Amino acid sequence: MINLYEVNETNQMILSENLDVRTITMGISLLDCCDASVEACCDKIYAKITRLAGNLVATGEEISKELGVPIVNKRISVTPASLVGAACCKTPEDYVKIAKTLDAAAKATGVNFIGGFSALVAKAMTPSEELLIRAIPQALAETERVCSSVNIGSTRTGINMDAVRLMGQIVKETAEATASWDSGGCAKLVIFCNAPDDNPFMAGAFHGVTEGDAAIHVGVSGPGVVKAALTEVRGQSFEVLCETIKRTAFKITRVGQLVAQEASTRLGIPFGIVDLSLAPTPAVGDSVAEILEEIGLSSVGAPGTTAALALLNDQVKKGGVMASSYVGGLSGAFIPVSEDAGMIAAASAGRLSIEKLEAMTCVCSVGLDMIAIPGDTPASTISGIIADEAAIGMVNAKTTAVRLIPVIGKGVGETANFGGLLGYAPIIPVNPASCEDMIARTGRIPAPIHSFKN
Amino acid sequence: MSKAIITVVGRDTVGIIARVCTYLAGEKINIEDISQTIVAGYFNMMMVVDISACEKPLGDVITDLTAVGEELGVVIHCQSEDLFTRMHRI
Repeated sequence: MINLYEVNETNQMILSENLDVRTITMGISLLDCCDASVEACCDKIYAKITRLAGNLVATGEEISKELGVPIVNKRISVTPASLVGAACCKTPEDYVKIAKTLDAAAKATGVNFIGGFSALVAKAMTPSEELLIRAIPQALAETERVCSSVNIGSTRTGINMDAVRLMGQIVKETAEATASWDSGGCAKLVIFCNAPDDNPFMAGAFHGVTEGDAAIHVGVSGPGVVKAALTEVRGQSFEVLCETIKRTAFKITRVGQLVAQEASTRLGIPFGIVDLSLAPTPAVGDSVAEILEEIGLSSVGAPGTTAALALLNDQVKKGGVMASSYVGGLSGAFIPVSEDAGMIAAASAGRLSIEKLEAMTCVCSVGLDMIAIPGDTPASTISGIIADEAAIGMVNAKTTAVRLIPVIGKGVGETANFGGLLGYAPIIPVNPASCEDMIARTGRIPAPIHSFKN
Repeated sequence: MSKAIITVVGRDTVGIIARVCTYLAGEKINIEDISQTIVAGYFNMMMVVDISACEKPLGDVITDLTAVGEELGVVIHCQSEDLFTRMHRI
């Protein structure tokens, strides 16, 4: 039988160390909503989302109350809109209508974000996919809860450099369209290489075409719990360090697995995956950077940071896979600059550069995430950063992503404030040398030699 | 059989266990195990209870117990046992 010590340990994690389930995300296929008319397509989308996800928020709150574990976000991911709208959308404005429908469905169901205003263009773009991409700035400016993502490369296909060039411009246009709130529209736009089909975390969630009609995915969290556990083993060997992280990740993931199964049963929607990611928030004591510092760095960004992050990421996975048979999504450590108090402090003090962050993305689960850069950064430079990050993902057969915010009207040393979960970020410098001539080339970068496994 | 774990933490005072047990008896909730410690005047109790005969949903029992805790000046949590068994048992 469970004893007092175990109960106290669990409740300590919840009450003092910010243990929570970060999100229950319902993935919904919209492939059966395709229609020759934009209006009919939008009506079907709204009806399907509100029918399947009508009880999502209430069910999440009920489970949260019964277990005593906060479930911070309830969200929806849908089939990439470029597939759903291909038959009816003839202009970017048609796609904006779909975005507004998604926004309305999100508000009706009470979820705080809906992901899937997306296009998968890893090898090339269809005309419809290009229309969706060109609709992104207006869609993100005129909706509140819609998140967008574009997959521009993969290990199997190489990198679509035409899409990379276009996305540099789209990021700038989105920044300009949302300049009134520090270009925060860019915080809802992720550019992927090797995007997973079952990611529950925003802004990059979408319901991939490999998925069924609907699925429940759960994203766990808990950097504060790992940090607190490591405080107990300060100065001890790497073996003890790794064991402690694994044990803690196991416990955290078991909570996620329980919540996922409960939500799946109560909503009558199949369970998909648990995403093991350590997702920080701007709250004190909920920081991945603080874990790296607990491992022995005076500040994140110091030499040793990449090694410490590699170790952390690997041990989180090793502990987590034991706790759930279906692990998926991104699963690792997130390093979003604006959403992590320790990262914000290091970037503000000049101890964390984009180049060091890029190195860290080689070993973490995502990429250059929530980084504010000067508003006058050229589109070609943003494309260059996207290409670099995609190359890391392509060659290492891992997911990488870019979520950069060129803050219009602000420069290095100033702060961008996006509010709420998105946090705030110091604007950090970008290398001023140009990559314009490279980005101007057309076509794609071929898949790497080690992708030919057949 | 569905079980819940009730924890009570707060400054020690007369009648904490009596008040909680009276509520549980009224709701047909059977107590299977109690462990309790007092450290530096602070009361720390854990109960394992069987709620399968209780007619109220667990969410309502949690709300009621939270209110009982507020009356007594202690913090009462009631959580499904699943949370703890999943986390601490393979």
